[in-house]
Amino acid sequence: MVPLWMFLAVAAGVFCIGAYGVLSRRNAVAILMGVELMLNAVNINLIAFWRYVEPLNMAGQAFAAFVFVIAAAEAAVGLAIIISVYRSRRSVIVEDVDMLKW
Amino acid sequence: MNVNDLVSNVNFLPWLIPVGPLLAFFVITLVTNRAKMVVATSSEYADHNHPGYMGLRVPVSSVSGRILSITVGLSGIIAAWLISLTVVGQALAVEHLGESEVFGSTIPWMVTGISTFNMGVLVDPLTTIMLIMVPLACTMIFIYAIGYMAADARQARFFALISLFAGAMLTLVVADNLLLLFVGWEVMGLCSYLLIGFWFEKESAYKAAIKAFTTTRVADVIMMLGIVYLYMMTGTLSFRDILHNEVMLSVLANTPAVLFGGLSAASLIGIFLIIGTIGKSAQFPLHVWLPDAMEGPTPVSAMIHAAAMVSAGVYAIIRMYPLFEAGGNPHHGLLTPPLMLMAVVGSFTALFAATIAVAQNDVKKVLAYSTISQLGFMMAALGIGAYIAAAFHLITHAFFKALLFMASGSVIHGMEHGDHHVQHAHGHGHDDAAHDAHAHDDHGHDDAHHAPHFDPQDMLNMGGLRKTMPVTFITFLIGGLSLAGFPLITAGFWSKDEILADAWKGLTEGFGPHALVFVLLAVSAFLTAFYTMRQIGLTFWGEARTEQAKHANLGQGIVSFTMTLPLVILAFFAIFAGFVGVPPTFPIFGSIFSPSENPFFEFVKNTLLSEQQPGELTFAWFPVLTSFTVALGGLGLGYLMYWRKPLQAGETDPMVKILGGLYPILKNKYYIDEVYVRVFVKPSQVFASVVVVRFMDGRIIDGILHGIARVFIWIGDFLKLLNMWLIDGVGDGIPEYVAAFGAYFRRFQTGRVQQYLLWVAIAAILIALVFAASSGWLVQASGG
Repeated sequence: MVPLWMFLAVAAGVFCIGAYGVLSRRNAVAILMGVELMLNAVNINLIAFWRYVEPLNMAGQAFAAFVFVIAAAEAAVGLAIIISVYRSRRSVIVEDVDMLKW
Repeated sequence: MNVNDLVSNVNFLPWLIPVGPLLAFFVITLVTNRAKMVVATSSEYADHNHPGYMGLRVPVSSVSGRILSITVGLSGIIAAWLISLTVVGQALAVEHLGESEVFGSTIPWMVTGISTFNMGVLVDPLTTIMLIMVPLACTMIFIYAIGYMAADARQARFFALISLFAGAMLTLVVADNLLLLFVGWEVMGLCSYLLIGFWFEKESAYKAAIKAFTTTRVADVIMMLGIVYLYMMTGTLSFRDILHNEVMLSVLANTPAVLFGGLSAASLIGIFLIIGTIGKSAQFPLHVWLPDAMEGPTPVSAMIHAAAMVSAGVYAIIRMYPLFEAGGNPHHGLLTPPLMLMAVVGSFTALFAATIAVAQNDVKKVLAYSTISQLGFMMAALGIGAYIAAAFHLITHAFFKALLFMASGSVIHGMEHGDHHVQHAHGHGHDDAAHDAHAHDDHGHDDAHHAPHFDPQDMLNMGGLRKTMPVTFITFLIGGLSLAGFPLITAGFWSKDEILADAWKGLTEGFGPHALVFVLLAVSAFLTAFYTMRQIGLTFWGEARTEQAKHANLGQGIVSFTMTLPLVILAFFAIFAGFVGVPPTFPIFGSIFSPSENPFFEFVKNTLLSEQQPGELTFAWFPVLTSFTVALGGLGLGYLMYWRKPLQAGETDPMVKILGGLYPILKNKYYIDEVYVRVFVKPSQVFASVVVVRFMDGRIIDGILHGIARVFIWIGDFLKLLNMWLIDGVGDGIPEYVAAFGAYFRRFQTGRVQQYLLWVAIAAILIALVFAASSGWLVQASGG
């Protein structure tokens, strides 16, 4: 079998790439893509640990399934917010949405 | 005990004697002193006007006020008189009053822990004779004052004050202890100030009042020391307990005094008390106030200088005589220091004052110096142990001196009447309405109209008054003869003769002090007779020397009646009062008036313990002849100089030529007043204004106060700064800092989500590191 740490390393890498995207991309949609990457990385982590530590417990699979669903819902909602913001501000660049500054 | 008991029991009656006049004082002051306000420049107030009033409104006694006050005042003194007569009547009925039985009662006044200080009244023979004289003389003076002060603007106040005066005197007379006596003494001192300065707008009057008060005050302080010392030594001040008690007296005589080691306690106390009398009874050197006290209205002079105040001084030393004698025996020539002091001071003063009186021209001043001289007689008599004689002379002197003063007041009143008449006649009719209500004594007339200031009291302006004021003349003559000691028929003779007889007895036994007293008093008696005759001659005999004297009279009506009636009554006493004290061994008169014993002598001597009582004198010719000679000689000399060839208008007094260079010295009273001013008055004024006012009050006390103020102001400033920097600084600083911090810190809130997320990420990493470090993973990871 492939050693566990490889899975974890991949998940970590994906997570970091996702985090970097969230923190540095200007476009709101791109940030959402980064969020999706982070969520997928978490999923990889979850499934890896399920398969290698306790494969018989269905909780691992259920947990991953939850994450997927929530990710999907969250992406939908996020896009809806972006559309709403675009409609009022005419821009999807998150730097410009700073009305809650001091 | 009900009211009946109170009034009928003679032991309680003496309490009521002073009550009448004292109550009258309060009633008059509070109730009846009604006045209406007039402008100060109006005629009713004319003679009292003072530039300081500037035309303000001033009170003048209204008619109702006068009548009510006179009524209240008179009732007070007459009540006192009647009660005194009751007490006296009972006292005279007792056999040997004073030996063992006296009247009196006490109340516990001040409870001081272990002991109690009692206040009370005492009626022993000495008190009895005072109670015969004082209320009578005071009543006469009150009656006289009705007429005399009838036109004065403040008559109601006058009656209030003389009521207080009489009340104080009566308190003093009936007191049974030295403290109550002293209370009466001091109240009389106050009243003398108020009454001498009765016409307080007049500068000479208020100055005289202050002089009287301060001079007697000096003596009173020393007397107080004596009283305190006596109380310290004996624990009581009651007369019976100290003076009628041999044990007490011998203890006092044998204890050495606290100061001046050579003296015994009795002597020191005695000397202090005598100094009190020297002040109060105007003996040398504290005599200076009495002549100036003539500034007061004449009834006041009569009261102060005859009936009450100066008599109080002599009464006090007569009362305390057993203390003075303790340790000595004057009847055998052994005089204790207090007795020596009295003999020397008394006889010296008698002569001293008599010499001054010879050169005086003011009718009241002659009488003033005469009073000083006669009081010297009494003090000297007491000094040589002639207790009864001194008491006798006190009583007779009060009668004839009061008479003389009041008669001189009538003379002055008459002269002012004459002065008004003259002004009227010369057409100086300014406000005619005023002249009917004439103004009164001594203020002279403030008119700029007649140039020479007319002194109604100057005898050189008088003359011939016997024609216009006959009753006054006769009574003045009687009083004057009594003062001079006209042989046999006047009271003055009997009392003076007894003093001289006592002195002579001592002289024959070779006692020095007695000899000194005899000689000096005999010479003084000669001078007394002389200046009395001079006074009567200048005033009444001959022809009037001025227009005013020609028209001098008292007028008709109630004023003149109230002013002559007392004179007549007192003249009666001036003649007949002496006959109670005739020695039984005196030829002819003795067998008429004192067949078995001298009534006065026997009655009064029981005041003393039997060891101290003077013995009855056997008759001796020499002193009687001396009395005759000096009296008749003085009267005769005065007659020759002033009656045979009466002084004409414009002539100078023959005394000026005879005395030559001595005259100015005598006229100016040996310049003692000037010396006192230089030595005592000016320095104390300088001290007061410079040291006390400027330095002590201005620098020290004000300095302390200003210093305290400065300290507090400094504290205030300090606290203000503290408040500003500390409280405001902190209180305002904290919010400011917080605001500044907030202003800085809120810049974190950029509104950019990515930056927030970045912070979240950093925080997460840090927390993870901390977590890892604390659970040792780092160590494991790096190790494993």
